[in-house]
Amino acid sequence: MPSLKDLKNRIGSVKNTRKITKAMQMVAAAKLRRAQDSAEAARPYADRMNAVMGALAASVGTGDGAPKLLAGSGADKVHLLVVMTSERGLCGGFNTTIVRLARAKVAELLAAGKTVKILTVGKKGREQMKRDYGQYYVGHVDLTAVKRVGYADALGIARDVIARFEHGEADVVTLFYNRFQSVISQIPTAQQVIPAVFEGAETTASYDYEPGEEAILADLLPRNVATQVFTALLENAASEQGARMSAMDNATRNAGDMINKLTVVYNRSRQAAITKELIEIISGAEAL
Amino acid sequence: MQVDIVTPERRLLSMAANEIQIPGAEGDLTAMAGHAPAMIGLRPGILRAKDGSGEKAYVVTGGFAEVSATSVTILAEMAIPVEEATPAVLDKLLSDASEAAAVNPSKDAADKAFADLAAIKAALSGH
Repeated sequence: MPSLKDLKNRIGSVKNTRKITKAMQMVAAAKLRRAQDSAEAARPYADRMNAVMGALAASVGTGDGAPKLLAGSGADKVHLLVVMTSERGLCGGFNTTIVRLARAKVAELLAAGKTVKILTVGKKGREQMKRDYGQYYVGHVDLTAVKRVGYADALGIARDVIARFEHGEADVVTLFYNRFQSVISQIPTAQQVIPAVFEGAETTASYDYEPGEEAILADLLPRNVATQVFTALLENAASEQGARMSAMDNATRNAGDMINKLTVVYNRSRQAAITKELIEIISGAEAL
Repeated sequence: MQVDIVTPERRLLSMAANEIQIPGAEGDLTAMAGHAPAMIGLRPGILRAKDGSGEKAYVVTGGFAEVSATSVTILAEMAIPVEEATPAVLDKLLSDASEAAAVNPSKDAADKAFADLAAIKAALSGH
């Protein structure tokens, strides 16, 4: 049985914890709004890019002359997985869900006899992926110093990935990140960026291309990789804040429950002590 | 006609204009209402959107323009309003371009980009 003093200290410490989690929740909510705004602002570019690329890719096709970023290197041997996670913890299952998806993919690829390479973005994912698949680990992109992801960060990652592809170090590149759905739901997503895949290619207006279709396509493909990386980074940033917000909301609620329970125990023991003292006084008086 | 300039990070400009001067990869062109649909690669240069009252000008470093009869959409990796394109900013772009030219396998293209940027700087400092 803990003493009254112990209980009081315990309640005090849980109350402090609740204050911290509450503050973190509010910070996450503010950051989430900002992250959602950036994701929203980036959408017109990504959408147009995707539509244009889709139309171009459909008309150029994946024949012999097609650019390698579109048609692939002709092999399907080496898979580069870009695992994007957060730099900080305390965000619930955010990192775990991405890593779990990536792990399942690694296991599947290894079973199929492919070579796997892992590039991580974000400290948390590096720790987890390195522990399990240290031998496949090829690099890490550190965004610790970056407060707000910009296009330049995405460009850096894209250049790295494209360089690996062009040097024949990878045949297929897949991004792993969490797609933001809502504060309580983030969907772990695997998206193949090289060779490029386009959904819903539009085949409407016939355009004049200047310079030719192939030239524009060759110029746009690397940009498209960067755009996709950027979209993934933004989605991930919003998801991270969403996950942190709901994790901290849960923590705040749990702390509240715990304080209630401890307060009940505290009151009971205090009452028991008072009763005990009264009984002692009364029985002392009766004995006289 | 409607003109939009979008960069990866945000929509930079959305306005109605009478004519838009575009620095195309194969030469400058001006798009006006009723232009045939076209997809135009950009070279580093100055993009001007003119309406009745004046013009807005941006320095772009590349990307492409999608022209239709009623609208022009510019997808630029970077666009800076001309007023903000100080010599210091342009020097930064120039040094980035020369670094890129040093490692770029297609040396001609990189050198051309560098020359285009130098031309922008010369054009702007002339004002």
